[in-house]
Order: sequence, then structure tokens, then C-alpha cells
Amino acid sequence: MKDEKTYWLDRSENITKLYRGLWGIGIFLLLFDFVMHKHEDLDFAAWSGFYAGFGFLACVALVLAAKEILRRLFKRPEDYYDR
Amino acid sequence: MIADFPAALILILGGLLVPLTRGRVRAAYLLALPVAAFAWLFVLPHGEYGQVQFLGQTLVLMRVDRLSLLFGYVFLIAALINVIYALHVEDTVQHVAGMVYAGSTLGAVFAGDLLTLFVYWELTGISSVLLIWARRTERAQRAGMRYVLVQLLSGMFLLAGALVHWRATGSLRFDYIGLSGAGGALILVAFGIKSAFPLLHNWLQDAYPEATVTGTVMLSAFTTKLGIYALARAFPGTEMLIWIGVTMTAFPIFYAVIENDLRRVLAYSMNNQLGFMVVGIGIGTELAVNGAVAHAFADILFKALLFMSMGAVLLRAGTVKGSELGGLYKSMPWTAGFCIVGAASISAFPLFSAFVTKSMIMSAAAQEGHVISWLVLLFASAGVFHHAGIKIPYFAFFAHDSGIRCKEAPLNMLVAMAIAAALCVGIGVMPFALYSILPYAPGYEAYSPSHVVDQLQLLIFSALAFSVLMRTGIYPPELKSVNLDSDWLYRRLAPSLVAPAARGLSNMLQAFGATVAHSWGRLATLLYRHHGPEGVLARSWPTGSMALWAMVLLLGYLLLYYL
Repeated sequence: MKDEKTYWLDRSENITKLYRGLWGIGIFLLLFDFVMHKHEDLDFAAWSGFYAGFGFLACVALVLAAKEILRRLFKRPEDYYDR
Repeated sequence: MIADFPAALILILGGLLVPLTRGRVRAAYLLALPVAAFAWLFVLPHGEYGQVQFLGQTLVLMRVDRLSLLFGYVFLIAALINVIYALHVEDTVQHVAGMVYAGSTLGAVFAGDLLTLFVYWELTGISSVLLIWARRTERAQRAGMRYVLVQLLSGMFLLAGALVHWRATGSLRFDYIGLSGAGGALILVAFGIKSAFPLLHNWLQDAYPEATVTGTVMLSAFTTKLGIYALARAFPGTEMLIWIGVTMTAFPIFYAVIENDLRRVLAYSMNNQLGFMVVGIGIGTELAVNGAVAHAFADILFKALLFMSMGAVLLRAGTVKGSELGGLYKSMPWTAGFCIVGAASISAFPLFSAFVTKSMIMSAAAQEGHVISWLVLLFASAGVFHHAGIKIPYFAFFAHDSGIRCKEAPLNMLVAMAIAAALCVGIGVMPFALYSILPYAPGYEAYSPSHVVDQLQLLIFSALAFSVLMRTGIYPPELKSVNLDSDWLYRRLAPSLVAPAARGLSNMLQAFGATVAHSWGRLATLLYRHHGPEGVLARSWPTGSMALWAMVLLLGYLLLYYL
């Protein structure tokens, strides 16, 4: 293990680079909403930032609900059914 | 006529002959079976073949039309990929069971009447459970038993529904059935079990992760998509399905977020994807049904790809628990790459398969004015990227390095994954090829600028949410745990209700038994006392006393006579 080569992803500063890059891509995509005329079947879907905001909030809500509600109610030890 | 020979029998009868082969011959033979069946379908013109008269009904063993052909093709592609993926497996039972399972699914797809459908329907359940039992652990044994009971129950509903439907309509034809009669309702329950409707779903999450490495891949392709095919055939435009499907897309993703077994996470995401198809069938417009069956086609491939990559991890690392994995990209770079292609496909990234299939269902929902359903589907689209698109590859191959160092997957597995990955990208890049075999004429353009930008925004900001939650430590860690789902009802609640009753009954029987034994004992003692060796009535008496007693009787008689 000691002599194993270090991968690019092993360095935490590279993870930070990726993280910032992802924000860069996100903001770049968001700019399209202000320059492009969108054709949507539903009116509210054409609001600027609708998909970006929805995606972000949906995932935060999903994780928090799963963590705070579902896990509290339904999590059991791994051998629950084997006992 | 030769055209009457059902394509399903090529795989079923062919599969039963597998034990006669060995080594390279077996490999070639296994590969040849799905190829032969595919060629057979390819040359067969549309029509109805293999008509048999039975109980005054015409049974149709082979109905070839656009809908059945589409599913027939993709099931055979899946069968071929599965054969390649499992080539290294020595266990003959799995090869036979897998081939019979694929064949019976094919038979069900081409069944033109409900009786033929029922026979193949049950055969899929019986053959597929062998893939679970083949793991040969007690856990798999029990999960398999639960699985096969649910599958057979589905068959019972189908048979009952078919008979009621026959009485009501005088026909056993497997066409549009709808919910107008009691037969239709029973049949919908049967199809609903196979398609894993909410509360009827949990056999899937329960059993699939307990099957063998290759068995789970096989299972993921056939049973549930057969359910979807049957729904598309018999219940298009049934509005109830929209709500059922919407529920299916949403609730499993919460479970998927906190589930530790990554193959079980995929089982939950399967439920989510089936939900999209059920919604499409429920909407029932040409676009929606096209979307549902196209998505089924795409799903079979990307879900197989994801299950294959997790199977390879299970084979090499010995576990697929998120809490024990991490950093595997160093040991299994190819598997990691294929997994990411599968993840991008299920997440509907532009240029990957679900982008051109799932969006048809979304568009249909929006066009028909199902606003709430559309919003839930959008939520589920973000959610599926979150748990299947990011969580699966992240916790298996990246995250913190678990220190596990293992070999890359065997070559045959990599080849199978490569074929599935190529098809996922192929569908995404050239959607017209898939669109051209859909049941209705395609009038849909997936690659509009709006759609591409919308989808990328949704996905990238979902990924950002994941990253933010990860970096702030809010994201729940993978924990060794089991999360209660509806199987709790029959694995814990029902036994806990039945157990006291059973105990009471057993106590009662015991008490009854004790009373009987006690009374019997007393009777025996009594009999023994009087008739036993020392019993007063068992003694050998002297002749004199006999004469005395005879005299007493005679005197008594005389006395009575005079009175």
C-alpha cells in the first residue's frame, strides 16, 4: 500500500477544483435562461432558473426527508429480520 | 406450418438441453440460442401463428405485431447480454433456469390469449426463483420462497381474472381489457404485482439483491418489464395508472437515499423507472404509450448495465454495501467507466438513452395538463440522478478509499457491459432507430435546444446539491442497516399477529390432549383395577360360587315371576 501511486483524485485540492468547476458549469447553464427563448408545454417551466432551482431544492428536500424522517422511522439493525 | 413454431420454445427447449453440453461447446450453444430466436423474429411477418382450438376458444401462441416485437427484440438482446455476462459461471442450474426464464418471458409477450399468457406467466416465476436459490445461502433460500409465493399469487389473480373475463365477454383474447368488469380488476392486480405497484412492490427489493451475481442481472431485465408490456397491451389510458405510476416514481427514491446495499438501491430505482412507464400507459396517448415502451426498452439495457457493474463489484470485492466500499476505480477502472455510462443513461443526460425516452412521457404529461403529476415526475427525475446516477458510482468507486484492492472484472463481464453501454449511448445518439420500431408513428423531437438546456440545468444543479450536502457533512452516511418497507407487513406484522393465535391454538390442543390423556389414564386404571391380573373380576372363580350365583339368579327370577 505504501508504495502505491497517488491518483489525481486522492488530492483534496483537486476535489475542490472539481467542485468549483461544477458550480462554473451550473452558472454557465443558468445564463442560457436569460438569452434563450424556451418552448415549454407548461408556462411556469419557462421561468428563468426554474429547472436549476427545482433540481437543487428537490435534491436537498429528498436527502433531508430521507435522513430526518425515513431513517428515524424505519431504520433497523442489519440483522433485524434474522433475529 | 413452420411459422407456427413459437419463438419462446427455441429458448425453453434449447435451455433444457444445456446440461448435455460442456466447455466451449456450451458457450457457443448458449450464445446461439438467443441469436437464433432473434433471427426467427426478424424474418417472421406480422400476424397470428400457432393457433390451437381449446375449450371452444382459439389460443394464439404467437401474435406478432409492433408492440410484441419491440419487447421480443429487447428481451432477446438482454438474454444475449446475460449469456455473455454469465459465461464464466460453472453452475448448470443457472444457465438452464436463465434460458427457460428468458424463453417464458418471450412466450408471454407473444401470447395472444390469456390462457397462454397465464402458462408462461407462471413459468417465469418458477424458473426465475432458481436464480435466487442458486446463491445457496439460507437467506437466499428464504427470500426466494417469499419471491416465488408472490409470483404465483400474481398468476392466481391472472387466472381468476381471465376466467371472470371469459364468462363476462365470452373471449379469452389478450387485447385491451380495461377496468369495466371484475375480471379486468383482477387482471390489473396480477399485472400490478409483476410491475411492482406500490405496496405490491416489495418482493423486488426483497429478492433481487439476494440472487446470484449474474442472476440479479437476469431478473432485472424480464419480470417487471413483462408486467409493463402486459399493462401497455391491456390497460392503456386507464387513468388510475397515472396516480399509481406517480407514486411509484416518488417514494422509492427516499428509500434509495438511505439504503446501504447498492444492489438494493438499484432495485428501488427500478421501481422509480417503472413508475414513469406506468404513468405513460395511464396517460394513454400515442406519445405517452410510445414513451412508456421506449423507456422500457432503454431501461432494460441501462438497468442491466448498472446491475452488471454492481455484480462485478460483488464478485471481486465480495460486498456491495456502500458502507464498506469506496475507491474501487483504482482496481476496476473499466467497470467504473461502464457504471458511469449506465448512471448517465438512467439519469437522462443528453446523448444517453433515457434522455430520448423518458422525455416523451414527461411531454405527454405536460401536454395533457397533468401538472401535479408532471411536477412529481420532475422531482423523481432529479431524484433518480441523485440516488442512481451519483450515489451508485460515487460510493462504490469513489468516496473515501476503502483500501479494497481487487482484480478488474472478468473479460466476459466487461464485454457484456461494453455491449450494454454501447447500446445505451447508441439509443441516445441515434434515437430514430428506436423510434422507428415503436407502436405508433413517432412525432417527437428529443433534441430541442430548450429540452437539452432544461435537462442539463436540472441535473447539474442536482449534482451541486449533492456536492454541497457532502461537503457540509449533511449527507447521511452509509450505515449498516435495514430499512422497513412493506415486506415488514408479512415478515413481521403478520407473523406477530399469527404467532399468539397459533400459540393459543397449540395451548388449547395441548390442554385438550392432557385432559384426554388424563381421563384415559383414569379409565385404564379403573379397568386395570377390576380386570387386571389382581382385579376382582379377572379372578378364576371356583365352580361352587358359579353354582351359587346361578341359584341366586334363578331365585330372583322366581321371585319376579310371582310378583
